[in-house]
Amino acid sequence: MPDSTTAKGQIADNIVGFARALRAAGLPVGPGAVIDAVSALRLIDIGNRRDVFATLQSVFVTRHEHMLIFAQAFDLFFRIDDDWQHMLDSVPLPDQARKPPPPAARRVQEALSQRETMQSKDSVEQDVQLSVSDQEVLQKKDFAQMSAAEIAEVSRAIARMQLPQAELRTRRFLPDAKGQRLDLRRTLRGSLRTGGDIVKLHRLGRIDKPAPIVALLDISGSMSDYTRLFLQFLHAVTDARKRVSVFLFGTRLTNVTRSLRARDPDEALAACTAAVEDWSGGTRIATSLHSFNKLWGRRVLSQGAIVLLISDGLEREVDERLTFEMDRLHRSCRRLIWLNPLLRYEGFQAKAQGIKLMLPHVDEFRPVHNLKSIEGLISALSAPTEKGHRFSPKSAA
Amino acid sequence: MNAPSALPGSVDATLALLTKQGYLAERALATVTFLSLRMGRPLFLEGEAGVGKTEIAKALSAALGRSLIRLQCYEGLDVASAVYEWNSAAQMIAIRLAEATGDTDRERLSHDIFAEQYMIKRPLLRALEPDAAGPPVLLIDELDRADEAFEAYLLEILSDFQVTIPEFGTVRAAQPPIVILTSNRTREIHDALKRRCLYHWVDYPSAERELAIVKSRVPGISAKLSEQVVGFVQALRDQDLFKVPGVAETIDWATALTQLDARTLTPQVVGDTLGALLKYQDDIARMQGDTLQKTIKEAVGDQAS
Repeated sequence: MPDSTTAKGQIADNIVGFARALRAAGLPVGPGAVIDAVSALRLIDIGNRRDVFATLQSVFVTRHEHMLIFAQAFDLFFRIDDDWQHMLDSVPLPDQARKPPPPAARRVQEALSQRETMQSKDSVEQDVQLSVSDQEVLQKKDFAQMSAAEIAEVSRAIARMQLPQAELRTRRFLPDAKGQRLDLRRTLRGSLRTGGDIVKLHRLGRIDKPAPIVALLDISGSMSDYTRLFLQFLHAVTDARKRVSVFLFGTRLTNVTRSLRARDPDEALAACTAAVEDWSGGTRIATSLHSFNKLWGRRVLSQGAIVLLISDGLEREVDERLTFEMDRLHRSCRRLIWLNPLLRYEGFQAKAQGIKLMLPHVDEFRPVHNLKSIEGLISALSAPTEKGHRFSPKSAA
Repeated sequence: MNAPSALPGSVDATLALLTKQGYLAERALATVTFLSLRMGRPLFLEGEAGVGKTEIAKALSAALGRSLIRLQCYEGLDVASAVYEWNSAAQMIAIRLAEATGDTDRERLSHDIFAEQYMIKRPLLRALEPDAAGPPVLLIDELDRADEAFEAYLLEILSDFQVTIPEFGTVRAAQPPIVILTSNRTREIHDALKRRCLYHWVDYPSAERELAIVKSRVPGISAKLSEQVVGFVQALRDQDLFKVPGVAETIDWATALTQLDARTLTPQVVGDTLGALLKYQDDIARMQGDTLQKTIKEAVGDQAS
């Protein structure tokens, strides 16, 4: 933090820096909020750390799930040093040293350490150059070969992706000038203004809404390099859409929809890990699909859902049950998209017995091993989803 | 319709009331029903298809002598078909008539044509109106089929028992209706709605209760056949089937068997009538041959020889 001549100047600088850190940690903090924060701080006694915390929180936090990030960022940013020392003495600090850091902490740490590297101009320029070339490489780099830093970068890219709203026609109506149906009620009300003459015909059009998405994610050992990123992707999907259900399966099926919904990504992933008992174990696709079909199929697929089956299809127990369950799943959903990271190999051929059995029952077979393929998937989700419009698995592969 | 009777004063009285209507409820269901009646809270019943969720509303309305207003939910259900709609054709004629008689008072015209006589009342609005027999029983059936937007609309009605019609004003129930909501759980109903209701999961009945239900609902069935029917259905519910039969299917099947003059379950007669119980081809296929023989043997078992 730069030395400044006046106290006011220092506050403004600090708040700008703090806002930048919050933004880097994923909070939607606009410049307006910074101005608000500075003017709000003028009104209170900034000697009281708790008041400052409450004030800044009221300005910077707009969603409940961001509170944790904010609290951590505040603790790290306004560390106990120089000026704050004597002010903080009176404030009891929570005893957090013995507890393991909560899931979001790492992100805040990263966000704050970034701030330091951005100090000098030279390094900023270098950073930009690096990140441009990084982008290109990251686009095509296999998730399985990424370093931790690269994975973090990709996670951020996934979170930024705009999900299209694949549209479904519903049977509900809304006022719409180009609609097909006459809105007699509004037309009549309008006519009263002119003493009974109908001057304008009001119309109604059908409401479109996004199709529900159901994701079945394989978390067995052979998929372990990918699961975290897929979860990150599914979290982004869950956050952006209303009707999304996410199931994880290895040897058994776990519904993690609630864990993923309306939370910070790191927290959500930690909740998923806690919910699943068979992380990185074996795969029993047929058994998992069976329990999905039986327990959940009717509940989550009933409204024309698109199913994303994310698995490498490497199944040990291959028998007709797999065919049967895949067929049932296929028949009960609008579109079944199989995402397979094994498709990254150029000469990939469906030789494994499990894959052979499953392939005839999918509408689409897509690779998902790098950012580019996830982007492809996102555009595929916005494609027309009429049932009957089938994709040939062979041509897709 | 019977004369309107007072609400039951205890769980036992509720149980007796329902039994008199031929609805043999589990005690837990009678308890929540009683609570819902006394507390004036909607009753939310969830469970597999065919376990008697809808039936209880019918039984209640008959037992209490109240009218039954049923709203069947479906995707796309909107205010116009659930609450009210204006009779636009009649309104239009009224406007033309007013014009023809030279009446140009717009204020009065708008007041006149948005009057009650031009309103087509749908189930939810009718349920809020006073009824000579006392507040009606409002059955909102298969709520899981309606979309979320409608569910959100229901929140308002169920908490205040009132509907606001922009041109007309607010209609408020003097006495709230008895509300029963059902869901087959084809999707999850929002917690906000569940919170306003008393919740009960209706399960498949025990063999004993199911036997009593079959005897009371299928007149003329022999004691032996009804026991075998219930035994077979109960055995089916233990099988790994995609959709196991509900009580409604048991009654259907028992009726079908009596129509065929069956005296006892044989592989032949069961095979021919299995469609009354199982509604998925995969399930029917699974139950052929040895499995069927074995299940029949289990059901008929000790009483066969």
